[in-house]
Amino acid sequence: MASIWQYANPVKFMQTSAKVLPALSVLTAVTLIVGLVWGFFFTPDDYKQGSTVKIMFIHVPAALMAINAWLMMLVASLIWLVRRHHVSALAARAAAPIGITMTLIALFTGAIWGQPMWGTYWAWDPRLTSFLVLFLFYLGYMALWAAIENPDAAADLTSVLCMVGSVFALLSRYAVNFWNQGLHQGASVSLDKEEHVNDVFFYPLLLCMIGFVLLFVLLVLLRTRTEIRTRRLKTLMARERMT
Amino acid sequence: MIPELGKYATEVLGAYAVTLLLLAALIGGSLMRSAKVRKQLKEVEERNNG
Repeated sequence: MASIWQYANPVKFMQTSAKVLPALSVLTAVTLIVGLVWGFFFTPDDYKQGSTVKIMFIHVPAALMAINAWLMMLVASLIWLVRRHHVSALAARAAAPIGITMTLIALFTGAIWGQPMWGTYWAWDPRLTSFLVLFLFYLGYMALWAAIENPDAAADLTSVLCMVGSVFALLSRYAVNFWNQGLHQGASVSLDKEEHVNDVFFYPLLLCMIGFVLLFVLLVLLRTRTEIRTRRLKTLMARERMT
Repeated sequence: MIPELGKYATEVLGAYAVTLLLLAALIGGSLMRSAKVRKQLKEVEERNNG
């Protein structure tokens, strides 16, 4: 049986991802378009929130990915630290700009949604504040990668930072439960029937969440391929300079 | 075409506009960088092989 570690070989990773990308692109586009069109055009207004409930179809999936991108980065960083596979370190690096964009979307749409519902764009609420700190963690992670020239040293240091960021991402996820004095409500998708959204909103929301997960995977593959090529380009150019 | 959004139309449309803009920048940026690096790598590889 083929081992999963074969994909740590850059050549194997490039070959496999090249085969996967076209089908994944189509699946992502279809899922996202159907989910967003369903949520925006074919769901009713909420009895309390009116039409602002439609913001949920972008806000919740973006927040989901803003937090869970750290999980993927953590696994990739641990693989780098333990097994020294360069592809995993590059995959973690490739995921960060996607995660920070998702965090920005969650922050912006949350602020726009918050104004009519809470009467303010921003409050130092536990969930909002922890997301702002999460955004700063992403910035720090990306800056650290960019600041260190030696790629192995950069991968080592960013992996350690990623572990800290992951703990904070976990805290962000449960901030509403830990510090319940905030404005932000609990999870929209929950096993608790009182918290769980109505089915009329749940199914399009689920589709949007799947669409955002697929988009994340698609972009991580694409950007990891670019990182691998960039690494090879730098190696070849350095070799040219020496000869 | 656009559903009746009532008094919150600005907020809803604004949230979708910001999201689409950020996603377009992320996807567009990723594709452009991918194409640029692929082209540069091809040139260097051809120079080395040629």
